[in-house]
Order: sequence, then C-alpha cells, then structure tokens
Amino acid sequence: MNTTAPGRERPRTTPAPAPPAAATVSRRRTAHAAGRALLYLFLVLLAVAILLPFVWMAISSVKADRDVFTVPIQWVPKSYRWRNFTDIWKQIPLATYLGNSLLLSAVITFLQVLTGSFAAYGFAKMRFPGRDALFLGYIATIAVPWQAYMVPQYIIMDKLGLVNTRWSLILIQAFGAFGVFLMRQFYLTIPDEISEAARLDGLSEYGIWARIILPLSKPALASLALLTFVNTWNDYMGPFIYLTDNDLWTVQIGLRSFIGQYDAQYAMIMAGSVISVVPILVIFLLGQRYFVRGIATTGIKG
Amino acid sequence: MTTVTTRTAPAPTAATRRRRRRNALVGWSFVLPNLLGFAALTLVPVAGTFVVAFTDWDSYSSPKWIGLANFRRMRHDDNFWTALQNTCWYAAGHIPLTLAASLGLAVLLNQKLRGVGILRTAFFFPYVTSLVAVAIVWNMLLSPDIGPVNQLLRHLGWSHPPGWTTSTDWSLPALILTSVWRDMGYYMVLFLAGLQTVPAELYEAARMDGAGPWARFWHVTMPGLRPTTFFVTVMLTISSFKVFDLVQVMTEGGPGRSTLVLSQLIFREGITHGRFGYSSAVSLALFVIVLAVTLAQFQIQRRSER
Repeated sequence: MNTTAPGRERPRTTPAPAPPAAATVSRRRTAHAAGRALLYLFLVLLAVAILLPFVWMAISSVKADRDVFTVPIQWVPKSYRWRNFTDIWKQIPLATYLGNSLLLSAVITFLQVLTGSFAAYGFAKMRFPGRDALFLGYIATIAVPWQAYMVPQYIIMDKLGLVNTRWSLILIQAFGAFGVFLMRQFYLTIPDEISEAARLDGLSEYGIWARIILPLSKPALASLALLTFVNTWNDYMGPFIYLTDNDLWTVQIGLRSFIGQYDAQYAMIMAGSVISVVPILVIFLLGQRYFVRGIATTGIKG
Repeated sequence: MTTVTTRTAPAPTAATRRRRRRNALVGWSFVLPNLLGFAALTLVPVAGTFVVAFTDWDSYSSPKWIGLANFRRMRHDDNFWTALQNTCWYAAGHIPLTLAASLGLAVLLNQKLRGVGILRTAFFFPYVTSLVAVAIVWNMLLSPDIGPVNQLLRHLGWSHPPGWTTSTDWSLPALILTSVWRDMGYYMVLFLAGLQTVPAELYEAARMDGAGPWARFWHVTMPGLRPTTFFVTVMLTISSFKVFDLVQVMTEGGPGRSTLVLSQLIFREGITHGRFGYSSAVSLALFVIVLAVTLAQFQIQRRSER
C-alpha cells in the first residue's frame, strides 16, 4: 500500500517473478491509476457519509419543527427559521450553561496541565526511591474504569460537602493520571544533556522545569490542554452525577434536559446542539495537529 | 534519569549521599502536588471500593461489615445479569467493528493522496464533538417511522426496517452503530501513528518479491502493527466495559432493560438509590471482569509472540 517512486530497482537476492514486459508495466500503471481514483472516490464518499449527521443537524437547526422530519428529507429547507438560534436563549439559560462549561473546562485544563507537567518532570527527569512503583500506580488507574471507584469518590465528595459544587468536578479531574502520563512520554524524548547543562550553569530543578523544559514542551502542553479542554467540555457523566442545581449545569446537561422537557421542538433542539458543538469545532480546527499528536503520543508505549 | 553525577564515584561518600537525599526530596516535591490530589480522589476511592463492597452501607446508615452478602445478592439480582449480558454484547459488537473500521481507515489514509489531511479530519471529527449532541442527532436519525435512516432503508427495499432505539431487539445494535461511528476516528489516529513505525524498506522488499497489496497488508502491515493492534484492543475493551454516557443519553438503559449496562447499574444503585455497599460490589465485579479480560489479552499476546 506504500507508494514509492516507480522505476527504482534493487538487486534481487531472492527468486523473483520474471521481469514484466513493457506492455504489462504500462497496463499495470493504468490499472494502478484507476485503482487510486476509485479509492479516492470511495474515501470521499465515506467521509461525506460520516459527516452527514452533522450536515443534517445544521440544516435541521434552521427549519421549522414540522419540516425536520419530512418524507423525503429536505436537504435544502423550504424556509429558513433563524429565530431558532435566538429563541433558544430565552427558553433555557443557555448562556449560564455555556459559561459554566467554559469555566470548568478552563480551570480544569489549567490545573491538569500545571500539576501534570510538574509531576511528569519528577517522573521523567528525577531519581528518587519509589518513583517507578508510584508511576505504575498512575498508569494502572488509567486502566481502571472510573465507574469502578465512582461511588467511593462520591462518598468522599459528599463528606467534604462538595457535592453540587464546581469544586467536586474540578478536584476529581484536575489531578488526572492522564496528564502526568502524556507529559512524561514527551519529557522522555528531551535529551538529558540539556538539563544537565542547565544544572551546571547553576539552575535549580524548578528553574530547569520552568525555564527550559516548559518552553521546549509547548507542543505537548498544547496537546494536553486541548484534549483536556475538549474532554471536560464534552463530559456528561461527571456533571450529571455531581451537579443538581440548574444554575451550575454545563451545556451538556442543560441540552439533555431540554430534550426531556420539549421533545417535540426538534429544530430548536438541533439549534442547541449546534451551539454546543461550535466552540469545540473552532478549537478543534485551530489545534487539530496538537490533538492528533497528543493521541498518537499516548498510543506509543514508553 | 541520568546517573552522570553519581556513576563516577565508586563508593558513595557522605557528600554524594547527602546530594542523593536532597535529589530525592526535590523529586518527590515535583510529584507531590499532583500526587496528593490523585491519592485523595483516585487511589483512596479505588481502595475504598474493595472495602465498601463488603459492607452494608446506605446513604442514611453507617457502614457495617457483612462479608460476601452483597455478592450473594448480586448472584440473584436479575438486573445484574441483564446488565452484564448487555455489556458483553455491547463489547462483542463494539470492539471488533471499531477495530476493523479504524484499521481499515488508517491503512487507506496512510497514503500520499491529495487532501488526505482533510479526509483524516473528517473521520476524526465525530470523536471530538460532544457526545450529547451526537446522541441527540442519532436518536432523531434513527427514529423508526420518520427518521432519515429508515427512510433510506425503505427506499432500498427493506419494507419493515428496525425500530432501533425504540425496539428491545435493535436498541443495542443502534448504540453499537453510533459508538463505532464516533470512536473509529480516534483509533484510526493510533493506527496511523503505528503505521509510521513500520519500516518502508519492508514494503519495498515485499514489492520486489512480487507481493500484491493484500499480501503486503497481511505479511508486512499486520505484523508491523501488532503492538498497536494490541494496545488498541486493550483500550477498546476497557472503554466498552465502562460505556455510560452514550447509553444514558440515547436510551437511558431502555426500552425495558434492553440497554442497561453495568456502569448504569452502579450509578443507579450507588448514587440514585444511595446503596453504597451493593453498588461497590457491582463495581468490584466490573473491575474484576475488565482485569480478567485484559490479563487474558496479555496472555494471548505473549503466547502469539513466541
């Protein structure tokens, strides 16, 4: 499946099929080009099919309710009802929800990146007894499903009086093992000679972290920040369990409860969905390569 | 990581010992801020599950040690067996389908095609979008009478298409379908990263030996991707067994109990009804199942490497 420049020959050591005649080569090349064109067409169609739910969501969001489900589907609305996007703010406190989501995502991302990169420096660049066992503990909990310890965690939050406050969500998500893992993976790729040189120049370990490692790890920090932000923004279960007051709700919870209340207002539900997706869409398109890099980093074992 | 400072000294002098101790302290100080939060809110709760599961503890009473009683109760709990069964079915659908879809996409998109980046973004996008929005949209798309999906199926000649989330037989397949659609982009990225590690010379050599695309896939790509495939399978397994959000938003476990999964049972028992003890017992069961399946996968992996 790999594409290499045609015509590169290499001495054969193993018995190979007889060298193809010129006619077969050119025929094979035409077949190859046709195959690629077909593949291309297939991939484009598949991508369109994958994105179709979003297209349908966007189109439905500017329709009248009765036009959302028509047979056959109206891919171009008969009339545009942009009011859906203004009315929804009056029906539910969407601004509050969006604000709550933004606040939680920003605070959790900041803390996760800060404490994660700090701890990762300890794990990647320092030696102390118990380090490797401790790190193994971090890794192991990534594999433990959250549901398996969600109830004791809830009890602790309850005893601390933090249920139904933002603190509960901030605390359980700010000290994640994931951030430590991701940042450590990246720090392991930074040569030790760099910090060694800084040490000889009289910089303390904290100074090395703040002035050498952090600036060097901007791409990794961006990856972790984006992944954390998006995960927190999209989180449903956490806010669902911990937040009962309507004015603390995030956009996910608010949207879900909106369907419960007004399940026939299809178009407006779609408008709400669009509004909840747009911030993520923007962030994603801006920081796409950092996302991909972050995910790829965590997939390579170190 | 380096031992440059200490390696040169054959026997530790008082000075190096002091320096080592100081280094250890500094090392711990880096880890500590995160560790404190992590220990209090993750390690302690994980350990807590192992204790609470053996107690009779409700939100209004104090914990009382009752040994295995919660587990005996679990054995006779219909909800538990239904949830376990549904979770296993979900995993049985979600793991192989997502694996195949993401691997296929990664192999096809690992080529120098014009606009391949845009295509990758398109396939990755569902994973990034909010699950609630996605679940809402799919619920509507799959609506049995008027939904676009069934309109299409009828058009293709299926006169009585499935009822999807409103039917006890089709609700689980509907969830699997949505989750595969959503997750394949994420695992595609992992496979794409794995493909970068397969040496290009191997493809070249296989080509020289006259291997066609299929032969190259089976004899070069697949062996080269073995570590990635293993990692992805383990990740998929863990994520399948803890599925919650999608189920909660799309079907709430229904209709009937047709999509009730273990994590929902844990949630209902523990947080809705405040039955901490029993809920923790179910948590422990989930934990043991995930651990057992993961260890089994490690065993199979090790054996196949020999």
